[in-house]
Amino acid sequence: MGIFVYGDNVDTDVIIPARYLARSDPESLAAHCMEDIDADFAGKVAPGDIVVAGQNFGCGSSREHAPLALRACRVSCVIAGSFARIFYRNAINIGLPILECPEAVAGISPGDEVTADIATGRIENRTTGRVFAARPLPPFVRGIIDAGGLLPWIARTGGGLGTPSPGGADAAGGGAI
Amino acid sequence: MGMTATQKILAAHAGRGAVTAGELLTMPVDLVLGNDITAPVAIREMARAGCDSVFDRGKIALVLDHFTPNKDIAAARQCSAVRAFARRHAIEHFYDVGAMGVEHTLLPEKGLAAPGEVIIGADSHTCTYGALGAFSTGVGSTDMAAGMATGRAWFKVPAAIRIELAGALVRPLCGKDVVLYLIGLLGVDGARYLSLEFGGPGVASLSMDDRFTVANMAIECGAKNGLFPVDDTTRAYLAGRAARRWTAYTADEDAVYERTVTIDLGALTPLVACPHLPSRVRPASELSHVSVSQVVIGSCTNGRLEDMRAAAEILRGRRVCDGVRCLVIPASQEVYLRSLREGLLEVFVEAGAAVSTPTCGPCLGGHMGILDEGEVCVSTTNRNFVGRMGHVTSEIYLAGPSVAAASAVAGHIAAP
Repeated sequence: MGIFVYGDNVDTDVIIPARYLARSDPESLAAHCMEDIDADFAGKVAPGDIVVAGQNFGCGSSREHAPLALRACRVSCVIAGSFARIFYRNAINIGLPILECPEAVAGISPGDEVTADIATGRIENRTTGRVFAARPLPPFVRGIIDAGGLLPWIARTGGGLGTPSPGGADAAGGGAI
Repeated sequence: MGMTATQKILAAHAGRGAVTAGELLTMPVDLVLGNDITAPVAIREMARAGCDSVFDRGKIALVLDHFTPNKDIAAARQCSAVRAFARRHAIEHFYDVGAMGVEHTLLPEKGLAAPGEVIIGADSHTCTYGALGAFSTGVGSTDMAAGMATGRAWFKVPAAIRIELAGALVRPLCGKDVVLYLIGLLGVDGARYLSLEFGGPGVASLSMDDRFTVANMAIECGAKNGLFPVDDTTRAYLAGRAARRWTAYTADEDAVYERTVTIDLGALTPLVACPHLPSRVRPASELSHVSVSQVVIGSCTNGRLEDMRAAAEILRGRRVCDGVRCLVIPASQEVYLRSLREGLLEVFVEAGAAVSTPTCGPCLGGHMGILDEGEVCVSTTNRNFVGRMGHVTSEIYLAGPSVAAASAVAGHIAAP
């Protein structure tokens, strides 16, 4: 998989600038994804590629167009040191795979060959041979991703928004929403 | 173990006696908000999921404020989609051009936010209503769609940072100086996933408009929400606006905070956030070497009546410097009308400023003041990210209305 490496505080204004928000179809979002930070991104990105970034990825505006643009580019996963809260829950809600793993981010350089397993959180840098373990998601959140997003999950669980297990595994609350 | 005020609001809504930080909960919400950028995506996702009903037509607010009055055909089409949805579902709180204001100025004015309520909005600055003691937070379009359909949302219970306000704020300092100082202290992700809970004797010296500005920018240090205590200032604002019964929550004596940050309001000076992060804060007095091409006074952060008054005080009898474009955008019809009646709009026009109908417009680089290559803007808005207001090489300096107006007159960044 190809990788694209960025720094800290990649905001949703650069992931998809507001001047393109009068449209929300996947094609137009994909055409301008990352344009203000990496003008070549939309032309170079290939299905399955991985975006790697530092702290606070997706900060700023709540525009769901940002994870939608990455998904429209068929990015297979975003690995970041940390995610801004709204981007994080938007990615979960639309089923865009994300992994929080600062160790992996520190251990990946541009040009490395990287694979990521969303189900297990296992990230492998095949260039260096190093393997990293991303923080596991709580079962409640994993259930939403497994269903393909929040609305399919609601449909699957009977049309309402159910309740996570109080005091159970969800109380650990990995990641952050 | 004691709970923070935010945790108490969440516990009450979830029907739980107690909750702890890190726990995941679902709960009913009191209001679901969307605008002309985020609502169309939510409406589309609802349709795609086969859902054609809303949980409560009185608990949804749709505000056409971002690219309005329609900036182009694509924007017009998005507004048409929201308008049709609002009509089909007889949405009670639908605000179109002529009635609308920038959403986070408008909703409190209309009494749609009250203490103790849980409000989600598909706009990151939904945290503004924490100024009134509500738990309110920004979400995305899918959360908005789920909220409109089911009336519920899922949350992780946040831990908190306590912000102790000491001393008293003295004019021309304003809420913007307080929150820029705080963001400079915490950094743009210093409160990621956390509540900011404000308290201390200094709160009383902040007007309601100051508090809206501070709570509005809680997101700029990554916070989930920013919550103010309910006092006489809050009650005076709510009187005649929110007639329903509401509950004010206060933190337990033994509530646990990740840390406490104390700000001496009396020691603050006029501040500016330099490009390209809201945390790059410096005193306005140290930035007089920065020449300005445009000044924007408005937005959900600083487009309220006190902001208009502060700008007018500086601009009265003066002229905007040659070569500077000064845009004044009252953030709601109410602010516009009151500014008109007080003669403030006349002051702006006589000073050589352009006065606009309410819109988010330039704040997010939508329309009404887009920056060209290399241009510099002093703006009372909330973000100075790369390309936020136009060309990727343009620069935004964030400040309060007094600094912005003084900079418009001077032609460079200036303290009032």
